[in-house]
Amino acid sequence: MTEATSLTLTQARDALRKRELSSVELTQAHLDAIAQARVLNAYVLETPDKALAMAKASDAKLAAGEGGPLEGLPLGIKDMFATEGVRTTACAAILENFVPVYESTVTSHLWRDGAVMLGKLNNDEFAMGSSNETSHFGPAVSPWRRTGDTAPIVPGGSSGGSASAVSAGLCLGATGTDTGGSIRQPAAFAGIVGVKPTYGRCSRWGVVAFASSLDQAGPFARTVKDSAVLLRSMAGYDPKDTTCVDRPVPDYEAAVGRSVKGMKIGIPKEYRVAGMPDEIEALWRKGAEWLKAAGAEIVEVSLPHTKYALPAYYIVAPAEASSNLARYDGVRYGVRVPGNDITEMYEKTRAAGFGPEVRRRIMIGTYVLSAGYYDAYYLRAQQVRTLIKKDFEDCFAAGVHAMLTPATPSAAFGIGEKISADPVEMYLNDIFTVTVNMAGLPGIAVPGGLDAQGLPLGLQLIGRPFDEETLFSLAAVIEQDAGRFTPQRWW
Amino acid sequence: MSVDAATVRRIARLARIAVEDDEVEHLKGELNAILAFVEQLSEVDVAGVEPMTSVTPMVMKKREDVVTDGEIPELVVRNAPASQDNFFLVPKVVE
Repeated sequence: MTEATSLTLTQARDALRKRELSSVELTQAHLDAIAQARVLNAYVLETPDKALAMAKASDAKLAAGEGGPLEGLPLGIKDMFATEGVRTTACAAILENFVPVYESTVTSHLWRDGAVMLGKLNNDEFAMGSSNETSHFGPAVSPWRRTGDTAPIVPGGSSGGSASAVSAGLCLGATGTDTGGSIRQPAAFAGIVGVKPTYGRCSRWGVVAFASSLDQAGPFARTVKDSAVLLRSMAGYDPKDTTCVDRPVPDYEAAVGRSVKGMKIGIPKEYRVAGMPDEIEALWRKGAEWLKAAGAEIVEVSLPHTKYALPAYYIVAPAEASSNLARYDGVRYGVRVPGNDITEMYEKTRAAGFGPEVRRRIMIGTYVLSAGYYDAYYLRAQQVRTLIKKDFEDCFAAGVHAMLTPATPSAAFGIGEKISADPVEMYLNDIFTVTVNMAGLPGIAVPGGLDAQGLPLGLQLIGRPFDEETLFSLAAVIEQDAGRFTPQRWW
Repeated sequence: MSVDAATVRRIARLARIAVEDDEVEHLKGELNAILAFVEQLSEVDVAGVEPMTSVTPMVMKKREDVVTDGEIPELVVRNAPASQDNFFLVPKVVE
């Protein structure tokens, strides 16, 4: 039999149900793999005792012929999700000692369905970053390397630990959060599948807040089918999040393998940006050919406000972040630095507790919301956001079922290669993913191939609101043609 | 639009983040780089466009106005850097 850590989530699920494998064996195999892969810095907290206790309980249920859809399956959890009694830091210094007394709704759904928690995964500080290099615990490292080169590569961000762990076989699947591309960009960089559901599909309750009108939780997995299984458990109504929708969760797994014949797929011409590598352009064409061969109709579409999505995002997201992160004041939780009076205490606490990227975004957010600038910046950005959403609505109204785009403008880069004086250079990583958050739509990143240097490249599909099923059907076609990508083990 | 050193200090004060004198120039450069990037929004014609307030059209849910939680002060203060008798402790505010 194959090594337990190289099974897909659905293969492992079936093996557990047939009792060919126990959850304790499966979990232990993953714990061993994690212990041998610490150089990847994917986990910021390992919870082996909890994992084995959960696995044991799952084995008892499976033996009795019971158990939920994820019974006994070991997963990694991004450190943005509050986990009761298990340290949750958002990979931020200011929260380095925070132990929640409650469980996030999304993770509670996973445990309800029988999943096993292996530990907490690395991410950019407060999920602000595109390379996992802003983490208080240091960068997560990709299991991928350029051919013939040992330079460490970023796994993308902000959910870099999730992408690295799933790609390297350190869990069967993982949770992520996506505010501007933080699931889809790392999934593309690591050669795996990542899903950003429609805004409101998953509860945000118990997820450390970054930009509340954009944040959405979603799964990482090595196959489309695995990601569909995970999303079904993660999604669902939650009265504790007023933006979480009350509508039934479909059986997403059933959408995998469904025919895409007759579907109209839009190729947005504005995504053909200057300086895009030929390999990305070629992969994009190939993706369209695969879908066409499966019976879909490919049409060119226009999303005229695409180029304004990233600048509008860098007003809306920091504005919401500056408001959300006001709560870290050294009073109710987290780290405190003493001061002579309460204001000095706040100022010193926040200066010491926030890293440079987070401080930068809070300050930009504070500025664009300040008296005299609100209309020029924030209000205008929200108007542009309305126009971005309308671009998509017009295409969908014209009969387009989904859009196909590249997931990222380049393959992954080396650690330290993009830390320059100009923060905007890093922001450009999210140019293809951020429109989806601005419009609240679902998106999926699916691996499409490798570049000349041997690094993965991903494609993105963008769907109609709450039509994740179509994305799973289309992504499965691409997966079938492109194949799956596994890094050569060097760690 | 761009910010000067005095504005950087004012923003830092509003954001309650202490900034050392030798950080101001650097921060000014970074903030101006971002502001220059977002400047392109000024070319968009937004006349008559409603600002987005909800990305998914929905009616705000309202729950019953009843107590659903509480009687857990020890849990509320458990992560506090300083607390006493289930109260948060802060430096003296009123003389």
